[in-house]
Amino acid sequence: MNALLSLSNDLAGAVERVAGAVVAVHARPRLPSTGVHWRPGIIVTADHTVRSDEDITIARPDGRTVAASLIGRDPGTDLAVLRVQDTDLPTADLGDPGSLKVGHIVLAVGYGPRASWGIVSALGGRWHSWRGGEIDQLLRLDLTLYPGFSGGPLVDIQGRVVGINTSGLSRQLELAIPVSTVARVADELIDKGRVSRGFLGVGLQPVRLPESLRRTLTAAPEIGLIVVSVQPDGPAAKSGLLLGDVLVTLDDTPVGAPEDVQAVVGARSVGSTITATILRAGAPAEARITVGERPPRRR
Amino acid sequence: MSDTSAPHGIQPGIDGDLTAVTGRLRRITVQVHGARAGMGSGVIWAPDGLIVTNAHVAQDRRVGVVLSDGGSLEARLLAWDPERDLAALAIDAQGLPAADVGDSAALRVGELVVAVGNPLGLAGAVTAGVIHAIGPRRSAGPSFIQADLRLAPGNSGGPLANAHGRVIGINARVAGGLALAVPSSLVARFLAPLQLRAAAAP
Repeated sequence: MNALLSLSNDLAGAVERVAGAVVAVHARPRLPSTGVHWRPGIIVTADHTVRSDEDITIARPDGRTVAASLIGRDPGTDLAVLRVQDTDLPTADLGDPGSLKVGHIVLAVGYGPRASWGIVSALGGRWHSWRGGEIDQLLRLDLTLYPGFSGGPLVDIQGRVVGINTSGLSRQLELAIPVSTVARVADELIDKGRVSRGFLGVGLQPVRLPESLRRTLTAAPEIGLIVVSVQPDGPAAKSGLLLGDVLVTLDDTPVGAPEDVQAVVGARSVGSTITATILRAGAPAEARITVGERPPRRR
Repeated sequence: MSDTSAPHGIQPGIDGDLTAVTGRLRRITVQVHGARAGMGSGVIWAPDGLIVTNAHVAQDRRVGVVLSDGGSLEARLLAWDPERDLAALAIDAQGLPAADVGDSAALRVGELVVAVGNPLGLAGAVTAGVIHAIGPRRSAGPSFIQADLRLAPGNSGGPLANAHGRVIGINARVAGGLALAVPSSLVARFLAPLQLRAAAAP
């Protein structure tokens, strides 16, 4: 067989391999979105396409409609997890997004099945969405996400799921949430019904540290974060942090921007203790803060 | 540094296969010039000068046709079906390169497809994509092939072919970024009465 035919067969085969685990999710008016049968009885989809918490239905690949219930949602990563009783559907084969390279051919699959093809346009490291979620890897695609494709699988040429497509995290870019993040968020939603995020309960502003102060510190970044608000009874308040303290390091990591704090705190579990180096009245001091849980955002 | 690439025409691999397929398709694709519709494309369906295009491209009794070799001919309208958006034209010619027709009923979602046409007047332009979906689409009517493929005005009436280079549809329009093509099975049904008449003629 020639190379072109072989590529064509691989592409169609990849769609067929995943199609049995791809469902339509009816949880918003008019346009259904797509979901993936992730584990027996568990459907993953894009949070922004699940408008209602109740009366959700799933259309199976064979067209049959079954009821689904919402297990939980994480707006930060734009993921929602649903439960269906009907578990005779095949589950998706998962690929390793770590093996993806820029330029690899990928397909986005919507319920039906419907397909679009393209390539991995760019890969990057861990990032935070504008909705505050932490995503393990930036996975940018050069393909078209057609209406209703959000929540559906991104598959490699073997038909293995490497991500969940969403148009909910960027207006400009076609993005997918890598399977490692999906697995982490889905497990947490199934266990606890929500994704807890570490929280200090302080408002911070960057300030340039004068040379005289930097000399008093072992790790001496140019920028520190001055505490401009302290939530009463919040984790930072309980540890004794005061307005006007300047945060310099968290667990020995210099923090020069609020995102640096999010990166350190987000990686630590709620209830763990982190050590902060602060400047108070011009002198270095240490504070031990027990990481709290960010209160759930109202929808 | 040594040059390991093969000379043009015998390149191995996907590039070579794709250029071979598109080369054949470009020879069976014609430009169609109508007084009312402007420029579109057409497919040479039989070596004796039978050409298939869209009804919306051939809106006059007589239209101009330009072959891939640049030859310009006048075509007469044999049949016109605005419902299926198909038209059949005849030119006075013999021994033309003609379409190898594929089975549109055997298409698979995700398989490669190639379109050739004259988008925005650029003769013989090629675009590649995949089959997006099979089956009815509410806004498109029941019969179109949907492809994740870029088309532009001027592609209308041109061939959509599979990786074998077989014509499986006639590109008809764009909807929501998708290419919509009339399947080859419908073209066969459209042409059947014409071919019966031709066979019955003395």
